[in-house]
Amino acid sequence: MGDIKKPTANEAENQFLTFMLAGEEYGVDILTVQELRGWEPTTPIPNSPSYVRGVINLRGVVVPIVDLRDRFNLERIDYGPTTVVVIVKVKNEEHERILGIVVDAVSEVYNISESDLQPSPDMQGSISVDYVRGLATIENKMVILLDINKLVHEGILSKGKEMPPGTGQPAQAAAENG
Amino acid sequence: MSKVMIVDDMASMRKMVTFTLESEGHEVIEADDGDVALELAKQQSGINLVITDVNMPNMDGITLVAELRKLPAFKFTPILLLTTEGAKEKKMQGKAAGATGWLVKPFDPDKLLATARKVLR
Amino acid sequence: MAIDLEQFKGIFFEESFEGLDAMESGLLEMNEGGTNLETVNTIFRAAHSIKGGSGTFGLGPITSFTHIMEGLLDEMREGKREATPEIINVLLESVDVLRELMTAFQNNEDPDVSHMEDLQKQLAVIRDSDAVSSAEINQDSDSQNSDESDEKETTVEGWNISFHPHEGLLKTGNDPALILRELSELGEITIEVDDSHLPPLPDMDPEACYLSWEIHLKGAIEQDQITEIFEWVEDDCDLELVPIYPARNKSDRRDQDRRVATSDDRRQENRRQEARRPSDKAPSKPATTIRVGTDRIDAIIDMVGELVITQSMLSQLGEDFDMSKLERLRDGLEDLERNSRDLQENIMRIRMQPISFAFNRFPRVVHDLSQKLGKKIRLELVGEETEMDKTVMEKINDPLVHLVRNCLDHGLETPEERIAAGKDDEGYVRLNAFHQGGNIVVEVSDDGRGLSREKILGKAIEKGLVKETDVLTDEAVFMLLFEAGFSTAEQLSDISGRGVGLDVVRRNIESLGGGVEVQSTFGEGSAFTIRLPLTLAVLDGQLFRIGGDTYVLPLASIVESLQIQRDSLGGVAGDAEVYRLREEYIPIVRLSDVFSTGEHLDDLENSLLVVVEWGEKHIGLLVDELLGQQQVVIKSLETNYERVRGISGATILGDGTVSLILDISGLVEISYSIRDALKPRLAAVNGRSLA
Repeated sequence: MGDIKKPTANEAENQFLTFMLAGEEYGVDILTVQELRGWEPTTPIPNSPSYVRGVINLRGVVVPIVDLRDRFNLERIDYGPTTVVVIVKVKNEEHERILGIVVDAVSEVYNISESDLQPSPDMQGSISVDYVRGLATIENKMVILLDINKLVHEGILSKGKEMPPGTGQPAQAAAENG
Repeated sequence: MSKVMIVDDMASMRKMVTFTLESEGHEVIEADDGDVALELAKQQSGINLVITDVNMPNMDGITLVAELRKLPAFKFTPILLLTTEGAKEKKMQGKAAGATGWLVKPFDPDKLLATARKVLR
Repeated sequence: MAIDLEQFKGIFFEESFEGLDAMESGLLEMNEGGTNLETVNTIFRAAHSIKGGSGTFGLGPITSFTHIMEGLLDEMREGKREATPEIINVLLESVDVLRELMTAFQNNEDPDVSHMEDLQKQLAVIRDSDAVSSAEINQDSDSQNSDESDEKETTVEGWNISFHPHEGLLKTGNDPALILRELSELGEITIEVDDSHLPPLPDMDPEACYLSWEIHLKGAIEQDQITEIFEWVEDDCDLELVPIYPARNKSDRRDQDRRVATSDDRRQENRRQEARRPSDKAPSKPATTIRVGTDRIDAIIDMVGELVITQSMLSQLGEDFDMSKLERLRDGLEDLERNSRDLQENIMRIRMQPISFAFNRFPRVVHDLSQKLGKKIRLELVGEETEMDKTVMEKINDPLVHLVRNCLDHGLETPEERIAAGKDDEGYVRLNAFHQGGNIVVEVSDDGRGLSREKILGKAIEKGLVKETDVLTDEAVFMLLFEAGFSTAEQLSDISGRGVGLDVVRRNIESLGGGVEVQSTFGEGSAFTIRLPLTLAVLDGQLFRIGGDTYVLPLASIVESLQIQRDSLGGVAGDAEVYRLREEYIPIVRLSDVFSTGEHLDDLENSLLVVVEWGEKHIGLLVDELLGQQQVVIKSLETNYERVRGISGATILGDGTVSLILDISGLVEISYSIRDALKPRLAAVNGRSLA
C-alpha cells in the first residue's frame, strides 16, 4: 500500500480516465492512455493465456490486446458496439510497451488528487490489491484506480520472467534427434 | 570562378577541400589517387588549379605532378602539394617535379582560400 | 568561423578506423616476413593521413602520437630502419591505442591517455635508438613552444627587394605577376622591370622567364610576410631583401621560417578550441553510418525511376478508366508489384556487407594470442566476400571472437603436444562463411585436440546438468558446453574464459533467430557452426493456414510440401508420428496440437505436410492449407509483448492483419515437451533412420 503515499506532482491533481468493467468503475492515469479504439479482430498468439486476446496492427506496430474481464476472472461477455480498447503506454526500467486493454465502456475523466485516495480494502473481487493504487469516491460512486504499470508488468507479462529468451532445451532436443 | 581538382585518398580531406572551395563558388572535382587524377585531367578541360596529397596509393602526388606537367594543358597550371609541416624533402621533390607550391596540413580552410586566391588569376 | 568542418569529422573517423585496420593487417603481414615496400607504404600512408586529419579536428593526442609513429614508419620505408618483431609489436599496440583514442573522441569522451603515454615512451626509445630522425622530430615539437622571438617588434619603413627568377620558374606554374600582385597588397609598391636578359626573338624560349624585377615596398612590413610570398619560388630565383630601416639584425632565415610556422600553429590551436567547444556540450553517440557502393545506389535510382513511370501510367489509366482497359490495369499493377519488390530487395541489399568486416580483426587476435600462448597457429579465412546484414554482423562479432579464442586457448595444442600426437607443429583455426538457404553459416573450426566426451559428461554430471543414467549422443554431450552453468572457474583464463561462458554465445545467437552447433572428433579437432538469418528485417515467407489463422514460414527453410499418403505414415508407439519420405523417416509435428488450436485429426490421409529443415534434419509440419508466398517485413513480438516459444516474430500482411512467423526449432521443442513421455521411443525411431 506504500504506493498510495508516493508523492506525485506535489499533491497536484491527476487526471484519470475511467471505464466500466462488470458494473464497477476503474480508472487509469490519463497520461498512460494513448488512444481509444473499438474492438477489432485480433491475431491470436498460440499458447498464451486466454486473457491475451492476440495482437493487432496499430499503424504498423504489433500491439497485444488484453481482456481485463478475463484477466480478473470476471464473467466474459460478447464484445459489442460499446466495447472499447484502451491503448496504454507502460514503462518499466528498460522498456516502453504499448498494449490494448479491452473494457466494457469508457466512462469519464476525473481530476483526483493523491490525498483523495483511500487505501484499497482487501476486496473480495479478483483484482489483487497489488495492482490497485487506491480508491476514490466521486459523486458517491467508488472508483478503483489501477496501477497500470504494475498490472501490465507483473500481472500480464509476468510469464515472460519465468521464461527468458533462450531457455529452450537444445541439448535435450539434440539428444532426442541425434 | 575556377575549376579545381583535389586529389587525396582520404575522403574526409577531399570533402573538406571541396566544401571550402565551393563556399567561394569554385567548381571542384575529386580524385582519390594519382591514376584517377591523371585520367580526369586528360578528360576534363579548364582545370585552373590542382591540389594533391603527396602520399597516395597507386600513383603518389609527386609522380602525378610530373605526369601532369607533361600534358600541354597543365604546363603552367598551378599545382599545390598537400604536405605536412617540415616535410622539406617532399617539398623539394615536389618542386623538382614541377609543383607550384604547397599547402601545409593540418587543413585550414582560411589558408586554403587565401592560397587559392593567390594562385588563381 | 564561416567554414564549419565539424560535419566532416564522421567521415574522418570512419576513414581512420579503416586506416587502422589497414595498418594492422599490414603490420601482421610484415610480421610474417611479408615485408614489401607497398605494405610499408600503406601503413605509413594510414598513419600520415590520420595525423593530417586529426590536426584539422583538433585531436591533439592523436596528432602527436601518430607523428612519432609516422617518423618510425618513414625510416622503415626509406630502408633506414629494420622492421624487427619488437617494433612491429609496439606498432600493433599503437594501433590499439589509436583505436581507443579515436573511439573516445568519436563519442565525445575524454580519452584515457595513460596507455598512449606509455607507448609514446616506448616509441621514443625505439626512435632514439637511432639518431637519424630524432633531431627533426624534436625540433618540430620544440617549435610549438618557442615563441619568445615573437616579442621583438619589427619597425622597418620598407624593403628593397630584388627578384631575379631563374629561367625555369614558370614551369612550376608560378607566375611572377601574381607574386608582384601579392606584394602590392602589403604596402605601397614601386616596381622596375629589368628586361636586359631578354634574348633575341629567334632564340627565345617562350616558356622561360627572362625578366627580373627591382621592387621598392613601403610600409612597416615584417620580413616573414615577404618571405612567405616568395616561399614557393625561393629555389627558382635569386632573391635579395634589404630592409630600409633595419630594426634588428637580419636573423637567420631558417629561424624566420620557424616563426611563421609557430604563429600559424597557435592561430590554429585557438580555432580548434573554438571548434571543439560546442561539441563538448552535446555529448551524443554518433548515428551509425553505412558505406554503400555507388553501383547499388545507381541501381536503386533506376528502380525508383521505373516505379515513377509505372505510377504515372497507372494514374493516367485511372483518369478515364473503363473495362476495356482492364488488361492494361492488370499489367500495370503487375509492374508495380515487381518494381516495389525489386526496390525493396535492393534497399535491403544496402545493408549487406561482406563478412570480411567481421573477419578482419582475427589476424590480430590470432597473432597476439598465439604469441601469448606459445602456440603456432595459422589462421585461414574462407568466404570473406559472403555478405550479411550489417546489424547481424555487428552482433555476431563478439560470439565469433569468443569461439575463436576458445579454439586458440582450449582447442589447439602447443607445438610439443602436436608433434607428440603426430601432427604438424602448426595448427590452424579456420573461419568459413557461406550462404545456405536463407541463412548465413559461419564455421569456426580447428585441428586441435577435439572435445573430450568423457570430460564434458563428467563435468555436466558434477554440475547436475545431466544424470549419470542419461544416455546421450556425442552431439548432445557437446551441446552441454552451451548450457548455462557449465563453464567453471577451473577453466577460466584471461583468454577465453572472461567470466562469460559459451552459454552467452548461444544466447546471443539465438536472440538473433539463429543457432549454434558443435561437432568434434577427439584428437582431430572441433567445429562450431553458427547459423543466422541473412537479414533481420525481411523474409521470404510461405503463408499457410491452421484453423482460422494465417501463419508464415520462412520459405528458405521449406524443403517440400506434400499430401500425406497413408502407406507412408508410420505411427510409432502411440501418437509419435513419422512419415516415410523416400529414404528418411520424418517426425511429424502437428501444428494444431502445438498451438492448441483446431481439433485433433485422427486420419491424416490427404493432410498437407510441409517438410522443413531443422538444422541438418527434416521435420514435417502438418498444416491445414497452403496460401501464397510473399516477402514479409519482420516485426518483433517482444517490443510490446514478450517472446513466445515457437514464434520468431510477426508481420503485417497486405490486408493489414497481423500474422505470426514460425520459429522451427521452438516448435520442435514444444512438440517434444508435449510428448515428453515418448522421448525414448522417438529416439529409437530416429536411430532406425535408413542410412
